[in-house]
Amino acid sequence: MMKKNSWRSRLFVALVLLFNYLPIFIVVLYSFNASKYGNWAGLSLQWYEKLMGNAQILRSLKNSLLLAFSSCALSILIGTAGAVGMARSHFRTQNLLENVSMIPMMLPEIILGMAYLSFFSILKVSFGMVTLIIAHVTFCIPYIFINVQSRLAGLDPAYVEAARDLGASPTRAFWDVTLPLISPAITSGALLAFAMSMDDVVISFFVTGTTSNTLPLQVYSMLKMGVTPEVNALCTLMLLAVFAALGLYALLRRVLRKRA
Amino acid sequence: MLGKPNAAKGGKKRVISPTVWPLYIWTALFVALPLVYVVTISFLKKDEIWGVTNQFTLGNYLSLFDPVYLKVFGQSFLVAVSTTALTLLIGYPFAYFTAKFSPAVRSFIILLLMAPFWVNSLLRLNGWIILLKANGPVNELLMRLGLAQEPLKLLYNGGAMMLGMVYALLPFMITSIYNSVEKLDWSVIEAARDLGASPAKAFFTVTVPLTVPGIVAGCVLVFVPSMGLFFISDLLGGAKSLLLGNLIKNELMQARNWPMGATLSIAMLLFTFAFIGIYKRVTGEKTLGGIK
Repeated sequence: MMKKNSWRSRLFVALVLLFNYLPIFIVVLYSFNASKYGNWAGLSLQWYEKLMGNAQILRSLKNSLLLAFSSCALSILIGTAGAVGMARSHFRTQNLLENVSMIPMMLPEIILGMAYLSFFSILKVSFGMVTLIIAHVTFCIPYIFINVQSRLAGLDPAYVEAARDLGASPTRAFWDVTLPLISPAITSGALLAFAMSMDDVVISFFVTGTTSNTLPLQVYSMLKMGVTPEVNALCTLMLLAVFAALGLYALLRRVLRKRA
Repeated sequence: MLGKPNAAKGGKKRVISPTVWPLYIWTALFVALPLVYVVTISFLKKDEIWGVTNQFTLGNYLSLFDPVYLKVFGQSFLVAVSTTALTLLIGYPFAYFTAKFSPAVRSFIILLLMAPFWVNSLLRLNGWIILLKANGPVNELLMRLGLAQEPLKLLYNGGAMMLGMVYALLPFMITSIYNSVEKLDWSVIEAARDLGASPAKAFFTVTVPLTVPGIVAGCVLVFVPSMGLFFISDLLGGAKSLLLGNLIKNELMQARNWPMGATLSIAMLLFTFAFIGIYKRVTGEKTLGGIK
């Protein structure tokens, strides 16, 4: 077998992973730093305390979660319905629709951002949560759509046919057969869409209003201003949440697999 | 592409499932219309304070050839090419070695790689800012080791910006290539070795050509965003308007010149389409393999 890694290639993989985690370790370490400036001055929990008292950051976190959840939910509805419907339809503009709806994924984010800035301004839509949700739903849809579409393409049509032969209505066959089969694809698309929404700086920058700052935008303006140890504390807490969620997900999968 | 009926489906009668409508309407309203609007205003004159007039002009396109803009195009292109090359140089071996591990180790490595992705990228970039600061750990280490007499200026320059770019985009390159390498039929490479090819020769004549789709998908996924990530250049590069993204942002937010912002966006769009076109030509695929 050639499928063996030498110690050198193992070292390389380890080093790249270290590069990936180095800034994160530093952020976690410095979130416990007593000094406000770059130098290390002993352990302290003061930044966590300051973070809990920082209404601006907490409000932006709430905005971001609200935004990510609502745009995820809307894009799941539109994307899944679209992919399922497309598989059953044949019409002239079908290819065109598919290509155009995928554009937001291919486009450099800044172009969509600039398009929305000018488009919403000219329509006199006021910038805020509504414009943010519209923009985020638009770039989340492709992730759901593509995932569901490729899952549908791999499905054996016999499942649905069998359900129909046994007397299920098309609606019933969808809810009881198709949906459970495509739900893993919806979940993985939604996880990606959620991450994209929570992380987006560029598009949000152009469509946000004065009262709807998202977390990334808040962090961006704080980092531009300079010394911000609270940001480190926030990053540590978010990291903790991500790893807790991943652990929970792995556990859940193991439990479900045992049952099946 | 324009409304051409699908040959395979052309024979059947036309059906539109009602569940397509939300997607159809959303796409028309919030993808097609805004983009058409951008194209339109790129041909219009700027109004005095903000917005656009109804006067047609080609002036915006002509000013693309202004040396000031050309310089930014050149710089931005250079940054994008170097970012792509560096992520490929690091990402290919990483993906290749990862695919050689056992399935359990493999998926653990990919999970480790992607986990930080769920934490905001700005929060992670902050780690590099702390590290590279004048009184940060890197400078401290260099001075303790006697390699520097005084703190070096590691932040707010082109090098720091490149570091941030590579750091932010490397996972995209790795996952694209990994998707290709994972599907490799290792027995083909073994056959080449049995027939007397050196490991290097087998790698370059068999492995690399077989993984071209992943390589090209990764390059597109890194190249395209690297022209627009203005916040990395802002935070690590010290707000020198180096990238096309910074230029577009400044035209919009500071100069309030929408038509010029739109024209620059279209120029960037053409770059992007050219790259995706090359990708489709090279791989013969319809979608970007790395995204799926």
